[in-house]
Amino acid sequence: MLKIKDLVVTVEGKTILNGLNLEVKPGEVHAIMGPNGSGKSTLANIISGKEGYEVVSGTITYQDKDLMEMDVEERAREGIFMGFQYPVEIPGVSMNNFMRTAIDEIRKYKGQEPFTAAQFLKFMKDKKELVGLHDSLTGRSVNEGFSGGEKKKNEIFQMAMLEPKLSILDETDSGLDIDALKIVANGVNKLKSEDNATVVITHYQRLLDYIIPDYVHVLYDGKIVKSGDKNLAYELEEKGYEWLNK
Amino acid sequence: MDKEVTTQHKTDTELIERFYQNEEQILNGDPDYIAKMRRDAIESFEKAGIPRHPMESWRNTDLDPALDLDYKHELKRDQRKINIHDIFQCQVHNFETYLVSQLNGYYAFTDSPIRKLENGVIIGSLREAFHQYPDIVKKHLNQYAKTDSNGLIPLNMAFAQDGLFIYVPENVHVELPIQMVNLTKSVEKLMMFPRNLVVMEESSKMTLVHCDDSIEQKESFTNAVSEIFMAQNSEMDYYKLQNKDDKAVMVNSTYFHQEDNSKLSTNTISLNGGILRNDIDVTLNGQNCHADILGLYLMDRKQHVDNQVYVDHAQPNSYSNELFKGIIDDEAKAVFNGHIMVRKDSQQTNAFQSNQNIQLTEQARVIAKPFLEIYADDVKCSHGATVGQIDSEAMFYLRSRGICQHNARMLMMYAFAAQVVNYIQIDALKERIDNMVAKRLKGELSICDQCVLHCKDDREITFDVDMSNI
Repeated sequence: MLKIKDLVVTVEGKTILNGLNLEVKPGEVHAIMGPNGSGKSTLANIISGKEGYEVVSGTITYQDKDLMEMDVEERAREGIFMGFQYPVEIPGVSMNNFMRTAIDEIRKYKGQEPFTAAQFLKFMKDKKELVGLHDSLTGRSVNEGFSGGEKKKNEIFQMAMLEPKLSILDETDSGLDIDALKIVANGVNKLKSEDNATVVITHYQRLLDYIIPDYVHVLYDGKIVKSGDKNLAYELEEKGYEWLNK
Repeated sequence: MDKEVTTQHKTDTELIERFYQNEEQILNGDPDYIAKMRRDAIESFEKAGIPRHPMESWRNTDLDPALDLDYKHELKRDQRKINIHDIFQCQVHNFETYLVSQLNGYYAFTDSPIRKLENGVIIGSLREAFHQYPDIVKKHLNQYAKTDSNGLIPLNMAFAQDGLFIYVPENVHVELPIQMVNLTKSVEKLMMFPRNLVVMEESSKMTLVHCDDSIEQKESFTNAVSEIFMAQNSEMDYYKLQNKDDKAVMVNSTYFHQEDNSKLSTNTISLNGGILRNDIDVTLNGQNCHADILGLYLMDRKQHVDNQVYVDHAQPNSYSNELFKGIIDDEAKAVFNGHIMVRKDSQQTNAFQSNQNIQLTEQARVIAKPFLEIYADDVKCSHGATVGQIDSEAMFYLRSRGICQHNARMLMMYAFAAQVVNYIQIDALKERIDNMVAKRLKGELSICDQCVLHCKDDREITFDVDMSNI
């Protein structure tokens, strides 16, 4: 599904990713861990198509297509979802209107008939229930005045609505209390299937108690220095990232 | 016509001559007190003339090119009966209004030019009110408009054809919003001087929706003056909706005069127009007054909008909040001047002012000048103006959900405008205006969408009065 080969990325001339390799297959859950400044968010941003990054060398292919040739919205329509670490507040744009526009465009792209208003409402209601989103949140402006936990839940709700093939969750656990963390993790687990894949980017092992990864990778100084199963996360928690330097 | 004319400008001279040459027709049976007001006014105009650069508030709007045309001046009302319900057959649910209209500056009516409703509310033609309600008119007409601020104010008084007159007695809450639609339709280039007077007595309450529309693309010049008096404890929601054609030049001067504990909310929404100039003047002449003064302008092509807002805190303990937002596209130009005056004894004043603009192209121009003039020492005041582009972080967020750039931009602009639209108190009206704004942003709103009530209605307007045959 996603193949990253020897990726080197710079930001304003500074090398952030330095020869990164990663392969994600359908049905898999990958966790990428690493200390601050190791390049975790850069990796998420470059997959979602954010500007300001320069790919110096290496390739990213998604479903056998060159990802770098695709616009931000095209990536989303092809099934890539980015769960933001800091979801922006957009006053005045209602969640309903936002999701309606997004789903209309994605369905059109896929050659599907648009939802009727009733179909859309039913679809949204089902997804809200699935992720345990409070009913009133969709009536409000996008993320406006949402608490940290509500913002993250809202990301998972959008993920449920858009039914992506590949989800990148960037530090989704940051700033969450344990209850919110469970709701978020629960949502991710419910959305998991044989056809989709999830990449969880996190600083702490805590989230991985709830979202069980198939693979854990350690990102350090712009490359993956160690890969393993979920036990690697515990080892890291115990020994700290400094242990990798030895 | 033996009056000596001293004004230098050709247009000014012509206007003065036009008054004296047609004095009899202009007065047309006016009572003496109105005739005197008109004569005094034309003399004031002779001194002041049309406002021009270098007058500070007229630096950025030049009326001379527009005034240079040969306008026809309707000195008499169209004698045919006009049924406004033939023009606007409102079929929109949830938003019923008491609908009145003006055609080319004259109040339109079928049988009676002025009515007194059961609750004592008087509504109708101002010209008729000159005769039928002289006490009210004398007490308020030309009392709040600032004759010395610029020559257009006395010029309007001199020529004032007609307009809307509303009187709301003490303790009366007018349940239905009153909607006035000003239409311009003529085969000739028209110059118009509508004059409106609204008097709200103590503890009365009203919503007034005031729409300026054109029916076709035709050069016109409108110099409108409205005076709104709000007695103690009165409440007024005032909406101004402008959807004029690109050849229309319109100067609107609106004066609000508030007494103790009165509450005003005014929202000026400019959607289309060649040159739109709005002078909004609010005098807080009492304590514990509240004024929300809002505006939204969405201009493109070569359109020009100029909002001048003057808020005078003449008494202590009042609150005013000014918010004007605009989106400027193509080669359009937007001017905003906000002036808050806090008088020496107006302690405990709260006055806020904000002007925010999105400039979509390099060629678009935004000129913003916020200004505070404070003579009291215990007040809370703030002002600010911003000109910017669309937030790129938010754009990215929307696109990352599959929304194309065009639609993401549309959602963002819509959101920007929504902050002003959200102040609208009546849900049904809010929904209609919201719809108009969305349509306008998509470039789908034309002057054929006659008024806010018809934004979902595709019927053609079948209204045709050929003024040349009268």
